[in-house]
Amino acid sequence: VHWSAEEKQLIASVWGKVSVEECGAEALARLLIVYPWTQRFFSNFGNLSSPTAIIGNPKVRAHGKKVLTSFGEAVKNLDNIKGTYSKLSELHCEKLHVDPENFRLLGDILIIVLAAHFGRDFTPACQSAWQKLVGVVAHALAHKYH
Amino acid sequence: MLTAEDKKLIQQIWGKLAGAEEDVGAEALWRMFHSYPPTKTYFPHFDLSQGSDQIRGHGKKVVAALGNAIKNLDNLSQALSELSNLHAYNLRVDPPRFSLQFLSQCLQVVLATRLGKEYTPEVHSAVDKFMSAVAAVLAEKYR
Repeated sequence: VHWSAEEKQLIASVWGKVSVEECGAEALARLLIVYPWTQRFFSNFGNLSSPTAIIGNPKVRAHGKKVLTSFGEAVKNLDNIKGTYSKLSELHCEKLHVDPENFRLLGDILIIVLAAHFGRDFTPACQSAWQKLVGVVAHALAHKYH
Repeated sequence: MLTAEDKKLIQQIWGKLAGAEEDVGAEALWRMFHSYPPTKTYFPHFDLSQGSDQIRGHGKKVVAALGNAIKNLDNLSQALSELSNLHAYNLRVDPPRFSLQFLSQCLQVVLATRLGKEYTPEVHSAVDKFMSAVAAVLAEKYR
């Protein structure tokens, strides 16, 4: 994957201003709310019965933070995202049994969270770089599936 | 698919765009062309440079159609019937399932940038469902 200097700059500058804990929690909560069938992977998370319950659920928040922290690894290793996620890809396939389509859904939701957060600063150029990034991450996470 | 609450939220949120429809439409299209270059293949006859009259004009059309759909949430099939024919027989955009996904994402990004916190998870969910419903209707006559 080739990243232009502009794309790298746009990605880094947005990431620098992101609260991993807040955005991660919000992105995961929205995944579970907007696409309720994704709750199938979190049956041991306790109360997911309403948007309010999901948003306030401490396990959702913690896991959201974990997921977005991991996403940070991609940002730090733009030139080797596949390698970065090799083990996680195997995990999602062999242990977690997550359909890779879910990675695309979460990626798109993360972008909407960023858009709501940054407003006009989340320019079309920003969105474009980030759509590319979430696409590459989703692809890398699906790469080791068999 | 759309609950009464969803419908209410959609109408509310759309109401907040009053006056800005053309901007919203144009921006959504521009973002779509920028983030998903393959979508440009359906507009070889357009000037696709930023701010072009054609993008503005088309954005306005798209948003007007969505606005009409929102006024007829209880009968989307009928409200979108003409557009459904157009997309199926004339435009033959690859099944709306895919392309609307991109337009839906970009429209939602525009809404989110303008509404910030007001683009709550509940609103997000309602709008996402609405765009899915629109896509389903537009795809009805494909084959």
